[in-house]
Amino acid sequence: MQTHRRFDWDPVFHVLTLGGGLVLMLVVGAIFWELWQGSQLSLEKFGWSFLVTETWDPVSETFGAASTIYGTLVSTLIAMLIAVPLSLAIALFLVELAPPRVSALVGGGIELLAAIPSIIYGMWGLFVFAPFMSETVQPLLAHIPGPFFTGTPMGIGMLSAGFILALMILPFITAVTRDIFRMVPAVVKESAYGMGSTTWEVTRKVTIPYGIQGIIGACFLGLGRAIGETMAVTFVIGNRHEISASLFAAGNSIASTLANEFTEASEDLYLSSLVELGLVLFGLTLLLQILAQWWLKRTRRKMGGGL
Amino acid sequence: MRERSPARRKLTDLLVRIVSLLAALFGLFILGWILYVIMARGVGAINWAFFTELPAPPGMMGGGLANAIVGTLLITVLASLIGIPLGLLTGVYLAEFGGQSRLAEAIRFCSNLLMGTPSIIVGVFVYGLIVVPLGDFSAWAGAVALAIIMLPVVARTTEEMLNLVPDSLREAALGLGTPRWKTTLQILFRAAGSGLVTGILLAVARVSGETAPLLFTSLNSPFWFETLNEPIGNLTVTIFNYAMSPYADWQAKAWGASLLITLGVLGATLLARTTLWMRRK
Repeated sequence: MQTHRRFDWDPVFHVLTLGGGLVLMLVVGAIFWELWQGSQLSLEKFGWSFLVTETWDPVSETFGAASTIYGTLVSTLIAMLIAVPLSLAIALFLVELAPPRVSALVGGGIELLAAIPSIIYGMWGLFVFAPFMSETVQPLLAHIPGPFFTGTPMGIGMLSAGFILALMILPFITAVTRDIFRMVPAVVKESAYGMGSTTWEVTRKVTIPYGIQGIIGACFLGLGRAIGETMAVTFVIGNRHEISASLFAAGNSIASTLANEFTEASEDLYLSSLVELGLVLFGLTLLLQILAQWWLKRTRRKMGGGL
Repeated sequence: MRERSPARRKLTDLLVRIVSLLAALFGLFILGWILYVIMARGVGAINWAFFTELPAPPGMMGGGLANAIVGTLLITVLASLIGIPLGLLTGVYLAEFGGQSRLAEAIRFCSNLLMGTPSIIVGVFVYGLIVVPLGDFSAWAGAVALAIIMLPVVARTTEEMLNLVPDSLREAALGLGTPRWKTTLQILFRAAGSGLVTGILLAVARVSGETAPLLFTSLNSPFWFETLNEPIGNLTVTIFNYAMSPYADWQAKAWGASLLITLGVLGATLLARTTLWMRRK
């Protein structure tokens, strides 16, 4: 039996740990609040037209986000178009084709792509990949008719940025897709094999339909990452505030504009417009995150945990 | 269903197999290409002066990045000192106290949001939070920005690792009359030990290679720092500045710094991954 009561630290411990959680919530709230406050000046001056104006002219203090939003969306779209099929193919290889050891090794290698810092992709992109694009890939693409592959093949530009983004989100989509492929019960797959299906037929008619919702969730996660990626894009996108149909042309994204111009913005309105760009980006990622989480939660409930 | 000849079905299957093999090889090829380039171009810039001297003035040859190396280490350590304890506390709350309560779910939700927030946005936030009120860029501001990025990662790892500890251990400790805090700190943390450490190491490795959140918080500097309240040199922002400069010597230094950062981040990541993998075995 206890002879004297010692001070009970447990409530203190409880409150302390709760404090950590509250700080986290506070930070998210504060980010939103600060971006909102910081963009007031620009919001009052330009209103909704900020989102559709292409002009970005610090000299005459006219600012519009259209070219940066366009650049963000187009580079992200290119990234998704390349990364999603590639990730699916790699996940298929890892789960269905490779022997376990090879699968672990190759999977580990692909995951390492996620560990390479963004700025390293930027260095590689600017000094190695962009020259490769301008000398080898873009002259080939230029033969394709239509407005997308015209203009000087400079190497830097929307296409290169999109491609490098694709490499950066590839490991995330691959990892989730691989886990989803693994979750398909063996019985379901085996019964299809038992009927004489080939690996591809099992994948197309059993595995993918079974995991399609999870795969869509994985794509949301990749999208959320691509849209806010900064340094690699800043190195290779070219930083030009104009919209062009050609994917060879230089452009910019919200994140790259912030990285390039934030410390140079001396006028209040200029700074405020940049903060509003940040608000737009934060809003976009917030929306994607909420969608992704809601979707994954729904899927998890349907598939019974494990994700 | 349309009838298809077995030969055609087998051919399609073979094609898909080849394509998926090529996709996997392509991923590995890119990894190898990047690592090779960083190695080949970075090694030439690394010498004794690189680690011991200050940067040379623009256009001059020689000099090193001693201040930036120390700066990056310092910012990362400060960030860890802020981010890891907060993340641990949050993770403990989520795993031990929160359960499925509304508040815990809200914290988890915010944690995921924060994890998905672009790091450049965190930079803008800390600029307004610390740089503007204090009137100058500083090591502290950079550290806070990195700590914010680290926070949700550490919290999630902690929660996951604590959840892996069997409840019987908790019950045994609590049944002996051990207070909750002691159970958590001395028994659960010990049981979750290596997993927790490697998870945190991964988070630290990740932020040490970050550039975007430092651009408007710590900025960069070619000099030694005297206090933590002034712009401080660091490797990643130096890479950005030097790579965009017209001087060949600076670009070479940027490659050297890239090699250093890559080795550090990948080394730590590999170490953590192997430890986790060994433990699982």
